[in-house]
Amino acid sequence: MTLAATAAHSGFLSPTGVEIAFVLVGIATLGAALVTVTTKQLVHAALWLVVALGGLAVEYLLLTAEFIAWVQVLIYVGSVVVLLLFGLMLTKAPIGRSPDADSGNRWAALAVAAASAGALVWVVVDAFRTTWIDLDGPARGSTEATGSFLFRHWVLPFEALSVLLLAALVGAIVLSRKRGKEQS
Amino acid sequence: MHLAYPAVLAALLFCTGLYGVLARRNAILVLMSVELMLNAVNLNLVAFDVWLRDTLHAGQALALFTIAIAAAEIGIGLAIVLAVYRNRGSSDVDRLRDTAETDAAEALPDDEYGTEDQATAAAGKAKKAEATA
Repeated sequence: MTLAATAAHSGFLSPTGVEIAFVLVGIATLGAALVTVTTKQLVHAALWLVVALGGLAVEYLLLTAEFIAWVQVLIYVGSVVVLLLFGLMLTKAPIGRSPDADSGNRWAALAVAAASAGALVWVVVDAFRTTWIDLDGPARGSTEATGSFLFRHWVLPFEALSVLLLAALVGAIVLSRKRGKEQS
Repeated sequence: MHLAYPAVLAALLFCTGLYGVLARRNAILVLMSVELMLNAVNLNLVAFDVWLRDTLHAGQALALFTIAIAAAEIGIGLAIVLAVYRNRGSSDVDRLRDTAETDAAEALPDDEYGTEDQATAAAGKAKKAEATA
């Protein structure tokens, strides 16, 4: 299958439209992620995170995983970023530039991140140099297909996950409740 | 589509998140970087699911489960950060070195919670001022 797909595609020099769109959105996503981890304004970091997560949703759409794309928009852009903004405001994060957003070990962190990025990219490119994704045919992740496989093959993990979400809900309430007098 | 594109993008996003986790000082920014790393893993799962055409759709199912677990994780993590901030007046990870609470402000009785909160916040602010000075 891989060889046939390789023969059908022509290579790096004549990318398809989907590939061009993927690379452009990927560059925007990566840039937003870089700004998220380097900006000195804490609220701006959360807002750039919206751009990065939204770009990833577009990448899922380009990979024909529609349902995951919309779940990404709903869960991450809709609720996780709002939670993070609430957290920033409840911890009285400074509005505007804060000089101590980065800790002292940022150069060590930069070295570790650059080394792991180099190693991972080298290994990944070397391993998947001749591998192509066939995006033709019916969408792999349409809502119909997702519902079918989720409730046909993955029912038990799904239910276990709902129990985990309930436990997380109870845990968050217990942790964030103000301590009463009787527990002091 | 060439499989290297999503794989390389996921690797770079993961390393961006790794840098953020190691270099950030505010605990909430560390949580944001963790979200970036989880999203990189999700992108890998979706790309490999589309490539391998698994009949069980294991990649997409695991991506959905990862999203749910990440939502639970961010809820619990923010609750912990808020509790730490309420008790110590700071959410900077490299200033939280003690496992026990030794601040003088902690000696206040618990029923005067508002005053304790203000006192702790004032102590934290003073510490921050002397750290930036």
